[in-house]
Amino acid sequence: MTVAEEAEKYGLHRVGARPSLANYLKQTWERREFIYELAKARVQRQNQQNRLGMIWVVLKPTMNAIMYGVIFGVLQGSAKGPDFPVFVVIGVFLFEFFTTSMNGGAKSITGNQALVQSLSFPRLTLPVAQVTQNVLTLMPMVVVMFIYAMILGTTPKWSWFVILPLIALMTVFNMGIALICARITVHVRDFTQILPLVTRALMYTSGVLFSVDRILNHWPWLVRIFDFHPLYQFLQIARAMVMNDAPYDPFAWVVVGVWSVLTLAFGLVYFWKAEERYGRTN
Amino acid sequence: MAGPISFDDLINPDLHPEYEPAPIFSDDTSFIDVIRPEDIKTSTLQVDPARVPVVMVDNLHVKYQVYSSGKAVGNAGARRLLQPASTRGIRTVHALKGISFVAYENESIGIIGSNGSGKSTLLRAITGLTPPAAGAVYARSRPSLLGVGAALIPDLSGDKNITLGGLALGYNRQQVEQMREEITKFAELEDFIDLPMRTYSSGMGARLKFAIAASKQHDILIVDEALAVGDAKFRKRSEAKIREIRESAGTVFLVSHSMNSIKETCNRCIWIEKGVQKMDGDPETVIEAYQKHKK
Repeated sequence: MTVAEEAEKYGLHRVGARPSLANYLKQTWERREFIYELAKARVQRQNQQNRLGMIWVVLKPTMNAIMYGVIFGVLQGSAKGPDFPVFVVIGVFLFEFFTTSMNGGAKSITGNQALVQSLSFPRLTLPVAQVTQNVLTLMPMVVVMFIYAMILGTTPKWSWFVILPLIALMTVFNMGIALICARITVHVRDFTQILPLVTRALMYTSGVLFSVDRILNHWPWLVRIFDFHPLYQFLQIARAMVMNDAPYDPFAWVVVGVWSVLTLAFGLVYFWKAEERYGRTN
Repeated sequence: MAGPISFDDLINPDLHPEYEPAPIFSDDTSFIDVIRPEDIKTSTLQVDPARVPVVMVDNLHVKYQVYSSGKAVGNAGARRLLQPASTRGIRTVHALKGISFVAYENESIGIIGSNGSGKSTLLRAITGLTPPAAGAVYARSRPSLLGVGAALIPDLSGDKNITLGGLALGYNRQQVEQMREEITKFAELEDFIDLPMRTYSSGMGARLKFAIAASKQHDILIVDEALAVGDAKFRKRSEAKIREIRESAGTVFLVSHSMNSIKETCNRCIWIEKGVQKMDGDPETVIEAYQKHKK
């Protein structure tokens, strides 16, 4: 009898073996209170040492929006389209949600090395807690976003509430991205060095600051590609729901839906496959 | 036919047996020193049928790959990357060389050995954090290190950290509420529990961490020299707590340089020297042999 068989006989399992995907997700679900508590505690800690505290959650994207709005407003001149300030505010605020999830997700395993090495729990909880934390900080941002929209002359309407399912869908998408980035960083630490560049490249290629239809109307095939760009479509739906009159193609819902589900499914499997690898020192 | 062989005879096929090439692969493998899998198994791993095994460590080998220069990759990194792998000066350190033992329920096993002998590597391999190069570790449940410190956030109050730590250990919120008072009392922090943890003294912080970690009923617990926590009084209580955990079913592994704490808390002792298992048995005998060896 081999040792493995003998161990089996006494109900012993190989240490560190990866559970099945269904079991893994179940174990993660059992940790949902930990995920929420960890996310909440981190939000509290984030700005505790600053004098303005939680106000920074809103202040930072506001200043970003003002800066980008002024620069790109001047640069684009008459090409910038109607209601440009609201356009930029929605773009910058929602894009901030995406980048913090991506960057935080990338560091969620490597940045918690001590925790990963000392306690055994499904590692999936860490990137999920990261995205939960970003959702929690997004909530006050959304409220402020609506306040800005009203100040800038947008009339409130019922479709504003559609922003909630949109954010839910975006959370699914961001979660998938965070999981993929988390595993890549474990294999290649240098990935975090490139991420700021990736963030910036995405910022200029996702229509955060300009309307693709107006800027790229000389290249119709390029505009066609943007019809399938997940981030751009997320922003376009949000703008259509919030702004007074923004063009919007209902097909965008299909695009973002398919992207979100596929990204999360791929991210989950990709992250789960390396479960035995997290926390190892060599 | 006598006389010198003529050239015609040499090339005449009728005079020679048919050529048969010597076999390259012979079926006879008796000269190769092969250990078949069934030969090595269980020869060193005898399970006592009268007791319940909890952890089985089977011929465990662990290897680390390190740069032999001992320097960080640093500036030379780019140049090294361009060179083939073999010339990059990577050296393999064979940290554990075939450790095998069976740990049973209710056992408390002390692991001793000089610095760098592989004690911590063994513990990390048992928790599954260091992959074995050969062999395997089997366990009833995943062994956990006694420690929750990494889950706590210094900027939060002790009270909030109890919630966070308890949830990290796998309790639900209701169970945490039930344990909260007991943890606070054990850590002797009743008056300070609302203060941020970063304002605690190092002893207070260590007490809180120990109290949270020890609240969990671990099936298999691993303690890495954690007994030296807090002042003399708290150390005594933490030792008592460890004993209590040990008695409440489960298995404890304790790494320590303090022979006294091993003698007091353990009923079995394993001595590792340079990655090799030197001795396994009753603490008194093993510690005596170890101390003789050190002199």
